[in-house]
Amino acid sequence: MSRERLERTMIRVLRVGGLLFFIVMVAFPFYWMIVSSFRSLEEILMKPSNLGLNIRQIDFRAYYEVLFEHGFLRYISNSFYVSIFTVIFSVTLATVGGYAVTRLRFRGRAFMSYSILIIYMFPAIVMVIPLYVVFSKMGWRDSIHILIPVYLAQTLPVALYMLRSYFQNLPSEIESAGLIDGCSRFGVIWRIVIPLSAPALASVALYTFMIAWNEFLFAFMFLDTPEKFTLSRGVVQLAGSVHLSKQLVMAASVMVTVPILVLFLFFERHLVRGLTAGAMKG
Amino acid sequence: MSPRVSTLFEKESRLAFWMLAPTFAVVLGFVIFPVVWNLWLSLKPVSLEDLRGISLFQFNLTLKNFQKVLTDPEFIPTLLTTLIYTFGGSILSVFIGLIAALLVHQEFPGRGLLRGLFISPYIAPVVAVTFTWSFILDPQLGFFNWFAVEKGLLDQPIPFLSQRWLELNFFGVMLPIPLALTSVILFEGWRYFPFAFLFILARLQAIPEDLYQAASVDGASPFQRFYYITLPQLSTVLSTLFLFRFIWTINKFDDIFLLTRGQAGTKVLTIKVYDYAFGELNIGASSAMAMVLFGILSIFLFFYFRWIAKEV
Repeated sequence: MSRERLERTMIRVLRVGGLLFFIVMVAFPFYWMIVSSFRSLEEILMKPSNLGLNIRQIDFRAYYEVLFEHGFLRYISNSFYVSIFTVIFSVTLATVGGYAVTRLRFRGRAFMSYSILIIYMFPAIVMVIPLYVVFSKMGWRDSIHILIPVYLAQTLPVALYMLRSYFQNLPSEIESAGLIDGCSRFGVIWRIVIPLSAPALASVALYTFMIAWNEFLFAFMFLDTPEKFTLSRGVVQLAGSVHLSKQLVMAASVMVTVPILVLFLFFERHLVRGLTAGAMKG
Repeated sequence: MSPRVSTLFEKESRLAFWMLAPTFAVVLGFVIFPVVWNLWLSLKPVSLEDLRGISLFQFNLTLKNFQKVLTDPEFIPTLLTTLIYTFGGSILSVFIGLIAALLVHQEFPGRGLLRGLFISPYIAPVVAVTFTWSFILDPQLGFFNWFAVEKGLLDQPIPFLSQRWLELNFFGVMLPIPLALTSVILFEGWRYFPFAFLFILARLQAIPEDLYQAASVDGASPFQRFYYITLPQLSTVLSTLFLFRFIWTINKFDDIFLLTRGQAGTKVLTIKVYDYAFGELNIGASSAMAMVLFGILSIFLFFYFRWIAKEV
């Protein structure tokens, strides 16, 4: 029994120590990002090891400069535009496609369900160069709209797969009743399937939004003109152009991080379900 | 089969086709096509300037790109770096995820909050977290170096992300460690542990409680219970997580590109793909490099399913 007690005590100590270590390790970069974004350039240069933030010295200049002088107001709206449209298309197509895969009989149904996940094997860098070549040839490259189908292709297979698993567990009797009562297939999807799958749709929407919002590589390769930048692309541009003014880069980083973390805070359960069901690519 | 059933089946098939067509079109156009096109480009002598020419569709195929890529003096070091980075990053992120899951497995006040916190590195945009870590580790303005030097933990600032080697004193023996590569692997562990954490936590919660009770009755201590019950119960999820992380880490470009641009001994194959295309303007070589990367991943998957998947 003494071994039991000894090990229990050890585990308790390890747990408390481990938790503290993890909290610091995970939270510190976010803390530092926020604190640094409220500093002035002088503070960044003079006191790099200053941990605290003096409330009276909070400086919003970095945000002002980033928003109005470095064009981030525009990047924010670009990022929202791309992400929201990716979400709308992704949810719509995945609902319709997921319904077809679970409820309709056709040849190659089983093949469809699994082959679509093979996409996970291909790295983005393999796709980005051929697309760069084609988009350059077609003159589509430097455009914000082209990002939407590219992001859609990255998220749609997972979205469809997630909804497929969800639809499989929905009882199909209500839908059959709807069909018998004269509803069309799309009527059934709209009136029965969608209301019943609201949580799954929320997961898909959040997952897709997150991928599109956070995406860096395609935006970096395809966009050249600053007015068309997404936030991630804008942050890279800013970091390359200011060397010492880290407060600007941190303010920009806060802007790109906050929307996604706020969504996460409110819809943690849905987002976590999206992450685990889709085993997010990344 | 009566004709009526057959028509219904046909009707459903046709409807299914149209319902899936947009998804197919998008995936075909923006995933399958680029991959096939990549194979085609890898067999052709094309540079970035040729993009406007018509030569892209000619059948002047060549293996020169593969020859160039495989005999490049940088190829072997790059491959080694890739393997170290991929194995190191995958194992580390799964290991940290395991520790984190064990820490928050039991109920305690604030557990939900901590679970949310632990997921945040994975949710946050890659540009934000890479720039923040670069700033923290910066030798001139970084918090970490200043803090460590002021507290006497370090003699001088260390350029974590821009120095290739660091001589470390292990009990009198000077051992060089690849500094930037280690930093990048540690970052990988920090950013991707939540993925493993979520799955391991879910699996932990599914282990039947009576297994532990039976073991306690038989006199197993807490560590023995962990070793003989928890770990075997987790082996499948751990090996699957390693597989997923391996595939994604070997294909990863963003993190290293944003942290070091592939400098200071962190050049991995994906960075090399980029360098060929936009440094040397050699699209053919770049595509060939991408195919080689894909081949290496396929070899790994072959051995994984041959050996590891059977073991667990």
